[in-house]
Amino acid sequence: MTLTVRSGGSRRRPGSGRPAWEEEPGPVAQAGKGVVLTAVVLAVLVPLWVVLVTSLSSRQTINAAGGLVIVPRDIDLSAYRIIFSGGQVSQALLVSTMVTVGGTAFSLVLTVLAAYGLSRPGSLGHRGLLFYFLLTFLVYPGLVPSYLVVTGVGLKNSLWALVLPSAISVFNLVVVRAFFQNIPAELLDSARIDGAGEFRILARIVLPLSKAVIAVVGLFYAVGYWNAWFNALLYIDDNEKFPIQRVLQSFILAGQTPQTSGTTVGALPPTLAIKMAVVVVTVAPIALVYPFVQRHFTRGVIVGAIKG
Amino acid sequence: MSSDQASRTHVTAEQPPAEPAPARRAGAQRRQRAPFRARLRRDWPLLVMVAPGALLLLVFHYLPVLGNVVAFQDYNPYLGDSSLQALLGSPWIGLDNFRDLFADPAFWDALWNTLSITAFQLVFFFPLPIALAIILDSILSRRLRGFVQTVVYLPHFFSWVLVVTFFVQMLGGAGLLAQKLRDAGIQPPDIMTNPDTFIVLVTAESVWKDIGWGTIVFLAALSAIDTNLYEAAAVDGADRWRRLWHITLPGLRPVIVLLLILRLGDALSVGFEQFLLQRDAVGRQAAEVLDTFVYYQSIATGDYGFGAAAGLFKAAVGLVLILAANKFAHVLGERGVYSRS
Repeated sequence: MTLTVRSGGSRRRPGSGRPAWEEEPGPVAQAGKGVVLTAVVLAVLVPLWVVLVTSLSSRQTINAAGGLVIVPRDIDLSAYRIIFSGGQVSQALLVSTMVTVGGTAFSLVLTVLAAYGLSRPGSLGHRGLLFYFLLTFLVYPGLVPSYLVVTGVGLKNSLWALVLPSAISVFNLVVVRAFFQNIPAELLDSARIDGAGEFRILARIVLPLSKAVIAVVGLFYAVGYWNAWFNALLYIDDNEKFPIQRVLQSFILAGQTPQTSGTTVGALPPTLAIKMAVVVVTVAPIALVYPFVQRHFTRGVIVGAIKG
Repeated sequence: MSSDQASRTHVTAEQPPAEPAPARRAGAQRRQRAPFRARLRRDWPLLVMVAPGALLLLVFHYLPVLGNVVAFQDYNPYLGDSSLQALLGSPWIGLDNFRDLFADPAFWDALWNTLSITAFQLVFFFPLPIALAIILDSILSRRLRGFVQTVVYLPHFFSWVLVVTFFVQMLGGAGLLAQKLRDAGIQPPDIMTNPDTFIVLVTAESVWKDIGWGTIVFLAALSAIDTNLYEAAAVDGADRWRRLWHITLPGLRPVIVLLLILRLGDALSVGFEQFLLQRDAVGRQAAEVLDTFVYYQSIATGDYGFGAAAGLFKAAVGLVLILAANKFAHVLGERGVYSRS
């Protein structure tokens, strides 16, 4: 279902002030709203803050606080120096970056091509192909047969196992296709009359108009690859090929000590700071990239959030 | 992008978009009458574009769907050199795996846990994004609203490993809360490993992760409600609450019904990684859901046929649920997730 909502001039825009007919909210309502909004914002920001500050604290500060640090006393980068000095965490960051960058590019190419190929009702095989893609929502394989296929085609312990099985998301494809279909047909027709082929039309006309949707879908793919944990648990046995989520899980939730190259952990700084530094480097790429794409969620035409 | 396009809001669910403009459709039908060879000559680039994606789905989606036949086998992964040889060599045992499944009390525990969590979250999670969206929509300051949205959307992009990590660091036995309570001389409560309150914990984690993200679709629906309705109601003397009840909530109704259908169709899935990550800390009794049951009964132990049977049961029931929920929505006069076009 697509709900295409055309909001006319009567839409209230945030920032345009209170309309004349609306009464001022009472003090209780106003305070209640303030409490709710403050609570939801703090619930997100406080854990992030505490983890960041602890990762940057020295052994003395952490000991004085008795664990996690809320108020920073000093800045000590030794935890980061240790995890970036070529141990397991550096390796995992490298693996995750490779999988994320390569996988996202691969997924975007496949998705854009398929979305454009499926964007013209009436083209040869259109109905059948569309059905073939959409049927994946209703009929899906379970864990066991997927595992058997991925290992059966020889991807066990290969980084491709983190990319290929999840390379195309039909949900993202539907979002991109809907966007393409809203590009005025006259634009494409005029290019066609001028002799442009489909590939050229896609590259020269459609893609430049679709930056917003590409950014959003690209973010969805990138986040999916960066967050891949279970596929790594299933398919990757080799420590050298662990992505960052797998390492984070074994350090923090399974309680193992990070293996860092050469240096014995425990001397300095305390492992708590190292653990928190691993959390920070896992959050950082998401927290840094997402705000730039976020404006497209609202301004940029698509809200495809249901399955998320 | 033209301002006309920017002022539209599209709420795209898992379905093909609405039919294009009538003029275009008429053109398409006229083209459809062209002979096959002419259409092939015209459309082959489109087919080439679709091919890689279609191939990938064939191998990693539809091939495993067919692979579900191991549910009817006494599958032995060590027969032959590949999964295919093992599949061809393993004996067929009919419905024995399903009989074992339904005789296994652990399966019924997992099913019960799954349904309890779904029901619990339907009551204590589902309405929250609606409420938050209404509050966000009422913020007049554009900057404040943008800031709150940026912050509350963020956890949606965190992996479950990160979410559970944050909860352990804040509320766990060695976490911030326990640390502060101990300083104050209070024995900290057991939050992260208590099986009795696990259902509340997982719901809290889901709320933390997705309450903000859940508002997006409701915000889009809210912004589509005609403000003239509010103005007319206000002029007629309807106060804030009556406007909420008679205008806002009816305006959100199609989206609420759509999301409810999707949730009910997915009633047997409550999340997988979230439970797998915490199952050891909390114990099987409370934290085993259908998905983790499948994992532990198959790949963890090597009993693939049995695990596939459990997975197939779940997929089949899920398919029936989504079709039934959609049918129900049509009966109620809503558009539902999809309709015959």
